[in-house]
Order: sequence, then structure tokens, then C-alpha cells
Amino acid sequence: MIASSDATPNALADAILAARLCAIDPRLCGLVLRGDPDARNAVIAALQAGLPADVAVRRVPLHVDDERLLGGIDLTETLARGEAVSRIGLLAEADGGMLVLPMADRLSDATAARIAAVIDTGEVVIERDGIALRAGTRFVTVVLDDGIEPEEGPPAALVERMAFWIDLEGVRSPGLGQDPGYPVLAPEDDRMLEQVGCEAAETPELLEVVVRTAAVLGIDSIRPVLFALRAARASAKLARRCAIADADLTLAARLVLAPRATRMPAPADETPSEPPPPSQRDDGEEDSAVTAPIEDIVLAAALAALPKNVLARIAAGRSRRGRNINARGGGERRKSSVRGRPMGARAGVPGGGQRLALIDTLRAAAPWQTVRKCGPGRVAIRRDDLRVRRFETRAEAVTIFAVDASGSSALARLAEAKGAVELLLAEAYVKRAQVALVAFRGSTAEIVLPPTRSLARARRSLADLPGGGGTPLAAGLNAARDLAEAARARGRTPFVVILTDGRANIAADGSAVRNRAQTDATSAAKAVGAAGIPAAFIDISARSRPEGAALAAAMGARYLPLPRADATAVHAAISQARKA
Amino acid sequence: MSFPFSAIVGQDEMKLALLIAAVDPRIGGVMVFGDRGTGKSTAVRSLAALLPHVPAEQAGYQDGSPCKGSVPVPFVDLPLGATEDRVVGALDLERALGAGIKAFEPGLLARANGGFLYVDEVNLLEDHIVDLLLDVAASGENVVERDGLSVRHPARFVLIGSGNPEEGELRPQLLDRFGLSVEVRTPQDLGQRVEILKRCDMFEREPVAFAAKWHRAERKTVKRIAAGRAVVASVTLSDAILALASRLCLNVAADGLRGELTLMRSARALAALEGVCEVDAGHIARVAPLALRHRLRRDVLDETGSTARIERALEELAA
Repeated sequence: MIASSDATPNALADAILAARLCAIDPRLCGLVLRGDPDARNAVIAALQAGLPADVAVRRVPLHVDDERLLGGIDLTETLARGEAVSRIGLLAEADGGMLVLPMADRLSDATAARIAAVIDTGEVVIERDGIALRAGTRFVTVVLDDGIEPEEGPPAALVERMAFWIDLEGVRSPGLGQDPGYPVLAPEDDRMLEQVGCEAAETPELLEVVVRTAAVLGIDSIRPVLFALRAARASAKLARRCAIADADLTLAARLVLAPRATRMPAPADETPSEPPPPSQRDDGEEDSAVTAPIEDIVLAAALAALPKNVLARIAAGRSRRGRNINARGGGERRKSSVRGRPMGARAGVPGGGQRLALIDTLRAAAPWQTVRKCGPGRVAIRRDDLRVRRFETRAEAVTIFAVDASGSSALARLAEAKGAVELLLAEAYVKRAQVALVAFRGSTAEIVLPPTRSLARARRSLADLPGGGGTPLAAGLNAARDLAEAARARGRTPFVVILTDGRANIAADGSAVRNRAQTDATSAAKAVGAAGIPAAFIDISARSRPEGAALAAAMGARYLPLPRADATAVHAAISQARKA
Repeated sequence: MSFPFSAIVGQDEMKLALLIAAVDPRIGGVMVFGDRGTGKSTAVRSLAALLPHVPAEQAGYQDGSPCKGSVPVPFVDLPLGATEDRVVGALDLERALGAGIKAFEPGLLARANGGFLYVDEVNLLEDHIVDLLLDVAASGENVVERDGLSVRHPARFVLIGSGNPEEGELRPQLLDRFGLSVEVRTPQDLGQRVEILKRCDMFEREPVAFAAKWHRAERKTVKRIAAGRAVVASVTLSDAILALASRLCLNVAADGLRGELTLMRSARALAALEGVCEVDAGHIARVAPLALRHRLRRDVLDETGSTARIERALEELAA
């Protein structure tokens, strides 16, 4: 039946199939889609077709506030009726239907965490603005990932909770002739098919195949394993089978497990084939099948679907999706009057994230009550009385280090820079600041450490930072500026620290022409200055020369000649420069 | 309906920490750290069903009026996005608007009084709410001075937090306030993983039947907790054990006295849970990683985990 598992995997057909599986079992939670917008729309349409007619479809805009997302007080009704009226949010409205998250790579971790919590518990719990509300909800989520850089991606907390991750990059002519032709389930079939897979719990071999395949692919979390089982069951249902067949398992392995692989399995003959430990059985049935051949088939299906760049990714030590690096904690980057420490109120109409300051509103209305002649027990409030809350939020700081890792002395310098980064990182715990590290050497600059506050990650990335080669100063400065501008776009305050001897010998295009290298470096430095990014220039050459000071001046940076910079000195200098 | 606590496969350390906190609420809370999909929140939420009843005057909002009978131990799940007014309590909106009456509407802290307050993804909670929780958890009293109200009411609760270290670490001063800290990993054993899958699947499809299957085990745990609560105050600590605890804290250079206090309290709770009336060195050894691991001074260049350092110190003391 499932012919496509033998044929070359077609991403769009897979995506449409995954959408149908989600429609059959909403507990598969949803899909992460990446790539061509038309293809993605085709998948969303397929999902909608699989769901019952007239179900809610809600799109969550990036700027959604808690009040609309989760629910809260309905101000108009509350004022009109003189009693608290609550209103459910998008998540509760999407119950039984579909939730679409466009541009999810830009979604804030805070919003993602709220959605993830609702997916986990199956209900929205609101405790805000004097309202306590509970509403059960279960929906299929479509996460649209528009990230371009591998570092970008939807928040990991959300991605982890979606069964299917599908890359539609390079898919052409969507929607036509791609339909694998699965029957759409009629509602009356449902009762018969309710029983599908009911014996799955009685066949531990089946579960073992799934668990084992996940283990071979290096999948640690238990969620994908559950997803794979559900997907297999949904696939059986879609094919109107009453039990999970081998084809369903291979499909589940291909769609759910393969995209999450974190390592290549050992060669086939070394696949673990020891008998499963019988002690864990409740039913005590005998353990006859050692390694069922189905396991190999399932694994083969998953392997065939491994993304082509899996090895590179594994080598780089990062998973395919999920943004861990932009850990922001509770520190908010929004400047709007949404959250933070309360700072009093001002006149204004609530909405668009602004929240009503009730008491101040009532206080403003109080003196006019006699004039407005309202009935007893009612308060007449007019638009002019409305007050909204103001909050103070702290913008997050990101310190970006651009370190010259060139030449023979680079190793010592690098060690010092590493030490300074670690010192600042320890400080960042308390101040909620982040650090990033750019190293430039040879012919290019490389972001060694994207903005992070996680000590664990920082330590790992810093440990094997190589040194040696030429000095592509222009490339380093440009990379630092890109990072700083990206940080600023996300509402953080960047601060760039350059550690170099200022002697550029590689041009921006990678060629080793000294003159051009120096001009390129100067113009790159001017670009940093023009972007208005605050910076410090630490000259680490043994004897400081005018090039360094000139570059610093071009950047508008503070110039700190430190012939023998050590970690503590660098740290002290930066702390001082930031205050200045 | 939550997953039965007894049906959770493995995760012994987390289960132990939660049981200890259930026996002696003065432990000061539990922080659960772990990767995604390790069952952190499942375990914590399942605790709610396990808590024995307490006299009504010890639980929930107490405004001074007498109450009788016994109620289940409160278990409050703090949703992300909760606003300050709902956490601490605020003016009753409905009555203020409808009748112009100034009345206090208790918040989540009042509801959690005498029980547990669970914050999932605690590292994503807004700073000022976290500060507020810690302050109230430490003082046992909620003081509200806002909206023209002036209210104070008891708010003694066990704070349970869970989070993923990859998503940003906790501030050290916050971490130190938690009594016990647990690090959770997904079981790597194939048999265990199959068992997890089996149970999750069964629970998902037939929650009622699954809960019924585990009912007896759950009852047994409730009884154990209740018995532990009854005897925990009378469990004794000999001078030799106290000296051992102090030496251990000194050896691992745990900051502050809070570590020692928590170590002793949790050892006592563990003894009570096991129905023993005196703490022995084994109890200390079993709770030491829980009570101390998050209080060790962090050396950025030292790769040795805190747990390993504690274990090493324990071995040295035993020798």
C-alpha cells in the first residue's frame, strides 16, 4: 500500500501524508515545515481537508500578546455590564482545529513556552488580570520555519513537541500529481477503526523495534519514540488496516525518527542484536524473536531518509532544528508596555498589548460620577478615564568578542580572550547579559560562539578554538558587526570588543594583498562606527602601533593598548569601557 | 488526570526528592533540571495525586475565619504568563466594578498555602515573579500592599521548579534558595525505554484502566508519606551524624549554612519515609547530592560535575 517508502522519498508527498496522520491523531501535535511557501500551503490545505469541516484555524502573529494568546479580561463587555467578563484566547479557540505559527523562527521563547505548556497539558490555564480561567484545548500545530541560517530556527521547546519535521526546500510544482492517493476517512469508518492498533500494547516486539531504532539513531528524548508509535498507528488507520503493519513502522521511522537522528548508526553487522532484557516484562511472555528482520527494514527506511547533511551537522555537534542558543530566560526584550516591573499608569486606551490599569481608571472616573448621573452600584467610565499600565524592562546586553586568532602568538592571545569570555559569562548570570565570540584567522571569520548565556555551551565551544594563519581583520569586523546588528534587531544592546594587533594582511575577499587588506579593514571599522555600535578596541600587539589607534578611531571605539593582556585585565578594561 | 507517580519508570532520584519534600515541607523546595522529554513535569504533576489530606485550617487562603474538616493538600500549577496580581492576589475586580466594594481576591500564593506550587520552565518565568515567589516562600507570609489594599495572609508552600539548562541557566542566588536539586536524564537502558513507551501508550489510550491498575501502589505511597509526616519530627540525629554532615559540607566547600540545614532535614525526612527513627550515615550519603550539588562554588574551568565532587568527598569521609 505504501509504495512511496520504496520509491525515492518525495518531501511534499511525505509532508502531505504527515499532515493527514496529524489529522487522524491530533496527539501527533503537528509539523514543522521549512521551505517553499506554496508547498507549505499545500500541506496546510491537506491538513485542513483531513480535519472535520468548519473547525477553527488560527494564525498566531509574532506580536501576539498573552491576552490574545491565552485569554483574559474582555474589557468592553466588562465595562458595559459592570461585571468581570473573560474571553478565551487563540489557543482555546483553536480547539479541535489547527494553529499556524508563521515565521516561527522569530517567535519569542516566552510565547513558545506558553504554547508548549498548553500542548502538554491539553488545557489553557489563565491567571491574569483578576481572571482565572481553564479551557481544554487540543489542536494540530503547523510551525512555519523561515530561518535561513542554520543557527536560526523555531524555539526548541516547540520543535521538540512536533512529531514531523519536514524540509520542503527545492520542492517544485506543488499540489499537482503529488497526491499519493490515500483514501480520506469518512466519519462512519471511525468506529471500526477505533480498534486499530489495540493489540500493539500486547506485542512488545513492536515497541522494541521503535525504541531500538531510536537508540541506534542516537535519539535521547522519549517523545519521538511515542510519536513514532502514534504515527504508525495513524498510518495503519489511514490504510484501513486493523493492526500496525511493517509498512506503518517504516513510515513512522522515516517521517518521525530520521529527521531527529543525531548520529549515524554503526555498520549493519554491528547493530545491537542482543536479546531484549526479559526482566522488564509484566506479562512474562517468552522471548523468542531475537532480532526480527523488521527492525532492519525499519532502520533502513530511516537511514534512507536521513538528511544529506546529517554528517556535517553531527560533526558540528548541533541538532538540525531548534534554537537553543538564543536563551533569553525571563529577561524581556520588548520595549512596549507589556511586562516588566510596574511603573505606574498613564492615560491611554488598552489594547495592542497595553493593559488596563483598573484602579487608576476607577480613580480617574470617581470624581465625575455625580455629574454623569449613573444608577446606584454602577460606575460610568468614559474613554478619557482609561489608564494603561507602564512597565520598565531591561534591555539585554550582548557582548561580542572578535578575536584575532592569527599567527604564532595567537594561541596565547586566544587563551586570554577565552578567559575573559568566561569571566564575563560568569558575570552574565547575575546581569542577564549574553556573550558571543567571533574568531578570525586564515582567510575567513567564524562565529565560534553565537550569543549565549549558557556556561555549558560556552565552555564546549571555547575548548577547541583553533589558531594560526593570516589576519582577515576586515572579515572579522564585518562578522562582529553582523552579529551586533542581528542582536540589535532582536531588541538587545550589543557591545563589540575587538582583540587584535591591527595588522591586517588578508582582504575582505580572502586574498592576501596587504594594502587592500588594510583599506578593507579601515572601511569595515568605519561601517561599525557608522552603525553606531558601541565598541572597545584592545590592541594586543607587543608594541602598539598607530594602525590600531587609527582603526579604533574609525570605529569610534575606545582604544586600549594592552601589550600583555590577560583575562583579568581584559575583563577589567571592558567593564570600565562599558561604564564610560 | 495525571500519570500515576508509581508508574514512572526509573528517575529514582527525582522521585526521592519529591517524596522527601512531601514529607517535610520545610526542606525548601525542589528544582528539577533536565533535557527535553525526560518526564520532568509528568513526575511533578503526578505528585499532586499522592498527597495526604491535611486539616483545613492549614491549607488554602486563611483570612482568619475558622474552618473545619480536612482537605487535600493544595497543588497549584503556576501557568506561564500569570500576572503579578493573580499571583499575590489583588482587588476583586467584579465587586469593585459591580458594587464598588473594596475586597481582596486571594491569588495563587494563597491557594498554594500548605501545599505545593509548581513552576514549569522556571527559567522562562519573568524575573520579578520569581523574586516574589522566593521572597514569599522564604517568609511563609504574603504581604499585599497594592490597589489600596493592605492584606497579609499565611503562604507556606513548597516551591517546585523545573527547567532545561539549555534554555538559559538560573541565577545562582535563585538556585541556592531551592532546598534540593535534581538532574534528570532519559533512561538509556533499552528495556526501560520500552517499558516507558508501553506505559505512556497505555495511559494515553485507557487512562482510567491504567490508573486503576496502579491504584494500589499509589495508595501505598500516600500511606508512606502520611506515616513519614507523622514521625518526621521525632526522628533523631546523633552527634556523630551531625559532625559527618558538617565535615561533608566543609570538604566540598558548600556555600552557606543552608546546605547543612537542608542536608540534615532531608536525611531526617528520608529516615521518616523509611520508618526508621534514627538517621544513619547511609541516609546522609543518599541525600547529599540532592542537597548540596547546587551549592558548590562553580569553577568555570573545572569540568568535574558537582555530583562527582560530592561523591568523592563522601568516599574520603567513609575511608
